[in-house]
Amino acid sequence: MLDTIASAGEPRTLHAKLWDSHVVTERDDGTTLLYIDRHLVHEVTSPQAFSGLALARRPVARPEATFAVPDHNVPTIDRRLGIKNALSRRQVEVLELNCKTHRIPFIRLDDALQGIVHVIGPELGLTQPGVTMVCGDSHTSTHGAFGALAFGIGTSEVEHVLATQTLVTKRAKSMRVTIDGELPFGCSAKDLALAVVGRLGVAGGTGYVIEYAGSTVRSLSMEGRMTLCNMNIECGSSSGIIAPDETTFDYVRSREHAPSGGEWQSALDWWGSLRSDDGAVFDAEVHIDAATIAPYVTWGTLPDQVAPIDGRVPDPADAPNELQRQAQERALAYMGLEPGLPLTSVPIDVVFIGSCTNGRIEDLRAAAGVVAGRKVSKHVRAMVVPGSGRVKAQAEAEGLDKIFLSAGFEWREPGCSMCLGMNGDLAEAGQRCASTSNRNFEGRQGRGARTHLLSPVMAAAAALDGRLSDVRRHLGRDRLHG
Amino acid sequence: MDKFTQLRGVAAVLPQANVDTDQIIPKQFLTTTERTGLGKGLFYELRYDPQGVEIADFELNREPFRQARILVAGENFGCGSSREHAVWALLDFGIRCVIAPSFAAIFQNNCLKNGILLIALPPEAIERCLAALQEANLPELDVDLERRQITLPGGTALPFQVDEGSRTRLLEGLDDIEATLRQADEIARYAGRSRQSFPWLWRGESQPAATET
Ligand code: SF4
Repeated sequence: MLDTIASAGEPRTLHAKLWDSHVVTERDDGTTLLYIDRHLVHEVTSPQAFSGLALARRPVARPEATFAVPDHNVPTIDRRLGIKNALSRRQVEVLELNCKTHRIPFIRLDDALQGIVHVIGPELGLTQPGVTMVCGDSHTSTHGAFGALAFGIGTSEVEHVLATQTLVTKRAKSMRVTIDGELPFGCSAKDLALAVVGRLGVAGGTGYVIEYAGSTVRSLSMEGRMTLCNMNIECGSSSGIIAPDETTFDYVRSREHAPSGGEWQSALDWWGSLRSDDGAVFDAEVHIDAATIAPYVTWGTLPDQVAPIDGRVPDPADAPNELQRQAQERALAYMGLEPGLPLTSVPIDVVFIGSCTNGRIEDLRAAAGVVAGRKVSKHVRAMVVPGSGRVKAQAEAEGLDKIFLSAGFEWREPGCSMCLGMNGDLAEAGQRCASTSNRNFEGRQGRGARTHLLSPVMAAAAALDGRLSDVRRHLGRDRLHG
Repeated sequence: MDKFTQLRGVAAVLPQANVDTDQIIPKQFLTTTERTGLGKGLFYELRYDPQGVEIADFELNREPFRQARILVAGENFGCGSSREHAVWALLDFGIRCVIAPSFAAIFQNNCLKNGILLIALPPEAIERCLAALQEANLPELDVDLERRQITLPGGTALPFQVDEGSRTRLLEGLDDIEATLRQADEIARYAGRSRQSFPWLWRGESQPAATET
């Protein structure tokens, strides 16, 4: 048997338990061969891995533990017409062909289940507590919300996992970020995520696995926990984890790939042990008081360049050091913003609600709650891109599509869309986009396009007002935690 | 993967912190199914204007830096996505070594798999390196992985640290998969234990005769 139930002895962190239960062998050079339970694959980062296999005539070790879906290159409109860009189309075709060759479960573009890989993994029950999970995609950290050790890998590593079902890696250090208290009015998991990235900085988590703990985290839904872990990579940490609990078990129960019958109880026994023991020692500890969180928006070109919506664009002259000052100046030049400007006076051209950060049903419900009965500002182009076919169907069943459409939003097919614009959904140079995605890097949403990251309700408010706007003014007190 | 032992070459400087993978290789180049040919997209939006014309004062557009083999950059280089295309683009351009105060983790793994040496140096050492490059007629560095030392244009030697595992792999140009497959028995033993402990993760998978011990 594996070391599944916490043994007596040194108290261990959740990270250590996940790690220890997946060590195949330790090597002399200090690396570990780690077993991988679940491997998600998408079209952009896998073709070269499959060519590598073909070249060496190697089979896929465990096709059944692998799961593929196209998401980055897929059109979110007129899908019947197929993918226009020849290279994009080829990439998706190559994925399908590779999956066929190696008998890897594959979801086609026209399948009702198609969606962003990090949205459908959990939906199908592939994401479970206690598993190791990888994908050639840095936002694989999302799945850590279930108490899985999940992280992004490069294409060479994708090939390694395909060929061996293992990964050569080194154990990261452990950090615990404890957030206690009730989230203030108008705030959601996205604001929590932006607060964490803002405090740690874009490299503050490098070399760590971060465990999120505390009453604020416990009270988040699975959707909220996924949002938090999704943004984990934005502070440099490849995996964020949250100890599984009843919320987690309820979410996983009766999904297609979840344990069932007698195995459900065995799974629960193991999952129940997946939490940091009292007295477990972390390499770093951070505490955040939820009361200090506000609805945030990013003003710069890095996800840690963030401020409360009622704040102002910072003045680089006040930066703590020369490097930061230069970085801020560069960001403001790109963003076309002046120091001292109130954030609520920044006009918006495009609004994007979607992505693996905020393209889930709860996000759409929250945004629809703000939009209901109102109209998108005339000069704003606003769109909602559900994270998956299931999210889309659920939203339509609840009539959310009608709310968005009658407000003037576009209602699209699922995919990554304007999160990175590989499918042609782009903002134009100089345009300002209020986006629920996770990265505001230069050029991310289109060359010269300016991204402001924010929560779904804040994006909805921006769409209505045509500028960055404080959602709290749109929310009745009875619509708390939108 | 090509071995990395010693490298002498022109070093270009990109004095920016947090250079992300979207900047190293933008999305429009990610549709390729090949590992090669990405050099043309390297730092695309920094190198070319919206009309596709070279931006004259970007370092890699000038001689001798068009031949750069080494890049000296700011902290947290390679942050952002896991796209290995960023590494392939550097490689295709000719860059085999990046020197910076720190690197993003996934980027670091990707470099190791492709024979690119990353050297993390403290800021003071980077400063010395930059000063020496600026004064030199020919801004070249000599990077010796065996001796773990960089020789600056003036002849000054700058020691650096690199973990032993990475060093061995780079020096020998090891194929990771080959090495792992040599441990197939251990993997099969683990798989057998996993099957027992977590049967629900193995649903519908027949027991391959060869992997059980
Ligand atoms: S939605 Fe954005 S961040 Fe998420 S997988 Fe797609 S491109 Fe990556």
